[in-house]
Amino acid sequence: MSASRQFEELEAPRAFSERAIGAALFTCAALSILATAGIVLVLLRDALPFFAQVPFRKLFFDRQWTPLFAEQHFGIWPLLSGTLLTTAIALAVAVPMGLLGAIFLSELAPSSVRRVLKPVLEVLAGVPTVVYGYFALTLVTPALQRVIPGLSGFNALSPGLVMGIMILPVVATLSEDALFAVPSSLREGALALGASRLGTVFRVVLPAAFSGIAASVILGLSRAIGETMVVAIAAGQQPRLTLDPRVPIETMTAFIVQVAMGDTPHGTLEYRTIFAVGLTLFAMTLGLNAVSHRLRRHVLRGRL
Amino acid sequence: MAPAAQPLRSPPEPLPVPAEAGGLSALPGQAPGGDDLELASVSRSGRRRTEALFTAACILALAIPLLALAILFGGALIEALPQLSFGFLIRFPSHQADQAGILPGLAGSAILMLLTAAMAIPLGIGAAIYLEEYARPGRLTRLIELNISNLAGVPSVIYGLLGLELFVRVLALGRSLLAGAATLAMLLLPMVILASREALRTVPLGVREAGFALGADRWRTLRQVVLPMCLPGMLTGVILSLARAIGETAPLIAIGALAYVGFLPESLLDGFTALPVQIFTWVMRPQAAFRANASAAIVVLMLLMLLFNASAIWLRARLQRRYNW
Repeated sequence: MSASRQFEELEAPRAFSERAIGAALFTCAALSILATAGIVLVLLRDALPFFAQVPFRKLFFDRQWTPLFAEQHFGIWPLLSGTLLTTAIALAVAVPMGLLGAIFLSELAPSSVRRVLKPVLEVLAGVPTVVYGYFALTLVTPALQRVIPGLSGFNALSPGLVMGIMILPVVATLSEDALFAVPSSLREGALALGASRLGTVFRVVLPAAFSGIAASVILGLSRAIGETMVVAIAAGQQPRLTLDPRVPIETMTAFIVQVAMGDTPHGTLEYRTIFAVGLTLFAMTLGLNAVSHRLRRHVLRGRL
Repeated sequence: MAPAAQPLRSPPEPLPVPAEAGGLSALPGQAPGGDDLELASVSRSGRRRTEALFTAACILALAIPLLALAILFGGALIEALPQLSFGFLIRFPSHQADQAGILPGLAGSAILMLLTAAMAIPLGIGAAIYLEEYARPGRLTRLIELNISNLAGVPSVIYGLLGLELFVRVLALGRSLLAGAATLAMLLLPMVILASREALRTVPLGVREAGFALGADRWRTLRQVVLPMCLPGMLTGVILSLARAIGETAPLIAIGALAYVGFLPESLLDGFTALPVQIFTWVMRPQAAFRANASAAIVVLMLLMLLFNASAIWLRARLQRRYNW
């Protein structure tokens, strides 16, 4: 993988400057560990006092989340359900469409189409999320309200759908990479045995690329959970324990934005809530990313 | 080891798509006429219909979202038209929507971009060079690599919380440009490292061997041979990452970028706003007139992003020609 090992013998004796440069470069790389340590420390520093003050019993058995009200409730479920609801809607859009798109790009489309569409998808993945939030609130919600009568101005449905379109390029490009990495001899073998093109795709290529596809879906899931602006703009700021996609809700990320925008004094319990929520979010995405990373390494190694 | 001269510049692209390549995929359906087996040809045509249906579904799966996005961008453009003018670019925000402008947001984003780039890009490229060229395989290297790929997946709002505690409070930078840039730099760093490593990997091993064989040490080989060769790819990746970091809103809101800025920053410790933050504040206001402002600001932001993308592609095309090997 890296060029270094293979030159151990070829290399000229190391001069001092060479070692200094190596050390400087190592410092750059090691700084990234400090970044992670910083995140964990910062989150723990304010989250631990929060968890000390608010017992787990209250977190898990209270059904309301109202840390900013006079009568404080710290039930985590309303925020979690908000996040899960928007995430589920987003995945319901992004996963089937992203997979079909990936199959099209890798297995069915002429390579010229692939060459044009892949960069387009990559550019779309770079559109700032505040723009998607604007779409959800000002264009998609009014359009949906014409079809769905009971839809509130802030709701889970519209940001969920928009988030789905937003993470679709992630799912599609990563799944496409996984499909493309399947050796063509497998396809040829299946075709030679008389399988149809679709049979080849579904019975041979997809199973072979399974871990890569799973990795892309999990990465999409972690993106949707951590997505902030779309839900902060279009889903509302009312934490509520519901699975109804038509009413205003609040996600974990939107809660962080809400508190950060207000003037909650530093060091209070209210202020600490965002770090507790942040820690929960960090743990969730870290776990998902680790699983996704693991699965992708299988693809890179060509393990089938 | 032969000095391999294969063009490794963009590995996955030039390979032909195997399933598509003529003969193979056409084989099952191509048997001329149904002369001997009537049944087989019937199932073949059924097969072909399913295949056509499925292909259509696949095309729709890409076409519908792309079309939806096109409509949404078109809608934003139409809403933006009444506000879009040169004056919009050079005015300050105002309580009267039709007199508002995005000058502080533009200035804030420009300064943030320069500062963020200055902080994250040298560090990121340094780390990438270390991991690709210097690091020996081992536990520490694996830890750093795993750590970087994890950092790249941390939600951006978490970086905002980090910036809020670390830069705004502990380092006492306040809700300033410097704190904002440092926060964005943390977020940009893993992206730069990943993009630069990818670029370094496109330079074939043989080139480094040739450098060593000529008596150059590792650093000299790197500086005079490897880096110039992968510079175009590296620049493209880095510019695109930078564009993404500049489009981020959540971390800036978390550290407390200002919603309403009636001045231009005079020092790096001044409060600030940025274009995405300005868009967010306008979107959240209920009046339709401010929505129009948000649309206009979005059009400006998207044009800037397109400019970034185009310049990255142009740079790559232009620089690449010189190393045509």
